[in-house]
Amino acid sequence: MTILAYLIPISLIMGGLGLAFFVWTVKTNQYDDPEGDARRILSDEYDDKPKQ
Amino acid sequence: MTATMRPSASACPACSAAPAAEALAGAGAGDAQIALSLPTIHCAACITKIEKALNADPRVRSARVNLTLKRASIEADDTVTAQELQALVEGLGYEAHELDPGTLNATANDRAGRNLLMRLAVAGFASMNVMLLSVSVWSGAEDATRDMFHWISAAIALPTIAFSGQPFFANAWAALRNRQLNMDVPITLAILLAVVTSLWETSLSGEHAYFDAALALTFFLLAGRYLDHRTRAIARSAAQELTALEVPRAVRLADGVEQTVAVAKLAVGDRVLVRPGGRMPVDGEIVVGTSEIDRSLLTGETVPAFAGVGQAVSAGEVNLTGPLTVRATAVGAETSLHRMADLVAIAESGRSRYTSLADKAAKLYAPGVHILAGLAFVGWYLYTFDLRTAINIAAAVLIITCPCALGLAVPAVTTAASGRLFRRGMLIKHETALERLAEVDAVVFDKTGTLTEGTPELTNLADLKRADVELALALAQGSSHPLAQAITRAARAGGYAPARVSDVTEVPGYGTRGMVDGQEVRLGRASWTGAEGMSVTATFLQRGDGAPVAFLFADRLRAGAEEAVAELQGAGKQVYLISGDTTPAVETLAQRLGIGRWMAEALPADKAARVRAMTEEGRRVLMVGDGLNDTAALAAAHVSISPASALDAARVASDIVLLGGDLSPIPAACGTARSATRRIRENFRIATVYNIIAVPLAVAGLCSPLIAALAMSASSITVSLNALRLR
Repeated sequence: MTILAYLIPISLIMGGLGLAFFVWTVKTNQYDDPEGDARRILSDEYDDKPKQ
Repeated sequence: MTATMRPSASACPACSAAPAAEALAGAGAGDAQIALSLPTIHCAACITKIEKALNADPRVRSARVNLTLKRASIEADDTVTAQELQALVEGLGYEAHELDPGTLNATANDRAGRNLLMRLAVAGFASMNVMLLSVSVWSGAEDATRDMFHWISAAIALPTIAFSGQPFFANAWAALRNRQLNMDVPITLAILLAVVTSLWETSLSGEHAYFDAALALTFFLLAGRYLDHRTRAIARSAAQELTALEVPRAVRLADGVEQTVAVAKLAVGDRVLVRPGGRMPVDGEIVVGTSEIDRSLLTGETVPAFAGVGQAVSAGEVNLTGPLTVRATAVGAETSLHRMADLVAIAESGRSRYTSLADKAAKLYAPGVHILAGLAFVGWYLYTFDLRTAINIAAAVLIITCPCALGLAVPAVTTAASGRLFRRGMLIKHETALERLAEVDAVVFDKTGTLTEGTPELTNLADLKRADVELALALAQGSSHPLAQAITRAARAGGYAPARVSDVTEVPGYGTRGMVDGQEVRLGRASWTGAEGMSVTATFLQRGDGAPVAFLFADRLRAGAEEAVAELQGAGKQVYLISGDTTPAVETLAQRLGIGRWMAEALPADKAARVRAMTEEGRRVLMVGDGLNDTAALAAAHVSISPASALDAARVASDIVLLGGDLSPIPAACGTARSATRRIRENFRIATVYNIIAVPLAVAGLCSPLIAALAMSASSITVSLNALRLR
């Protein structure tokens, strides 16, 4: 059962990374304009860097 | 359970400080925040085209188009005015309207929603992890492994509950401090008791720990709160946008110089210039100019009134033909427009007595759960004299009965129903508006601006001589007066060509005149053209000294008015028409729409009194109105609807706003509201059935954490799916 010593921390860290990523998306206002962002991706204007 | 959520300022210092800091940084010195509403944008090309054009202006710091809100927010030097940018965007071929950034206070909304979303995310992450650990315990982990899993679960659960559970704790504390019980008290008790007993059990190497149940409970309940918050935030932001479209600005004349200032800056004694088409910003007295004014939003009268020097005007009236200079006698909160707010406040105090279905359920439920858990605890303690068993069972009872399905029952349905009605052009502003709309059995309509559009329509075109119509068209086509525009519309649609008339001039307040074959022709008020006044709206054409010809008008019906009235009557509801307009005008319309019960020349207080009298007779009244004279009645009614074209005060007083110009969604909305209420009741029943099955198990001490988890998830999912069945 020593495998648990690795697996549990790994699963917690991966889940935690997912949570941290989600928190980052909320903090950087990425849910303010879902429709606009879905359309912006179609324009080649922002190919080099996204609209801030 | 739908008690208003007020996350305390210190709940999450980082989340509340970040947007505030951004807002501060954005409003630096020499900066202007400008917001434009762009209702016609729809694609990626629109976004880039508008952003590029705005950013090309060197004074614009940054511009961003939000397609979801159909809005552009611009940061620019304060030398830029919103009108310039509006013209710039309109030059690209898009409709643009200025929004008042002071009214669009979106950050406060955002912060509460973001706060809730963050708590929801943390609870979701933690409950998934703990659930995985619990699955291995349920499938047979023993001894040291089980203890380790329980300890890891505790390490995840404790900080999560401390963070995510705060909204419930704060609400429960607030209720207890007022010596009341709300839904959050059993929730808080269940969560805390579950965590404490689980910790105790874990420290004694026990078999049952409820960490997963405590977290799942927090997660499901937060999901319900978040749905609730989002529905209300969408409604609030749309309502704010309607208000922000009316930028409160006025032209002040100081020593003959025109200055554009905010209405709030006007003082008594200021001279204010009101151009044709503009709305009076203040109460006052006309000092220069003659014109006609439209009072329909204040009184319901459709006939424009003459306005000359010395006459008093009230805020909210619309100036029609000539520029007027008004000396302010009352500004801001002193204006008659604002004094109406007192009437509204009185009327509203009656309505706050409505208890929502959720509150009714909570009132039955909260004491019941506490008594049940208390009895289970006492019974088991007397039976076994073992505190540990008794507390374990009491915790199990609280967790099993805990209302996570009840917490989702209402928000899931209202979210589905509000979304559906929003797509049909109805904005549900008040949280219990749907429930109240479902109970309606009488409908009171206002006339001007509600059943009719407030724009006149020529009625006797067929009876008029061709030459007269052509002459009238020539005189009318240059004027912005509503009656003149109605003649122009009707004559053009009828294929008439304007006659040849020279020297056409508009005489503000009276009409238009011109010369034909050396004879003067006049189109205008009865007194000016030598005609007798009439009871219906009319304007007169006089050639030279000849007898005046009358052009008669009726108010144009709003789209869908006939269908809405017929359908409401067909559904067995009593329909009333109460208007401030003259008796003949109201009677004609009532006959045309088949409304048997009508009342004319009603003062604002009469309308509210009539609605109140009907309420006392036991009727549930739906009031549909748009004017200032309707606000008190709107607030007094059981539930109220106003069109988007209504005065701000009327929109604030009503529960539902119709976004389009069409009235036909009203009967359909009643239907949706009824089925929504039915679904809410069904959801309560489903939640109760789960409880009836699981509670005896819990009381008998047969409930394991596995059963608790199954009952909780199954009931929450059934309730949510049932809400989605809404048509």
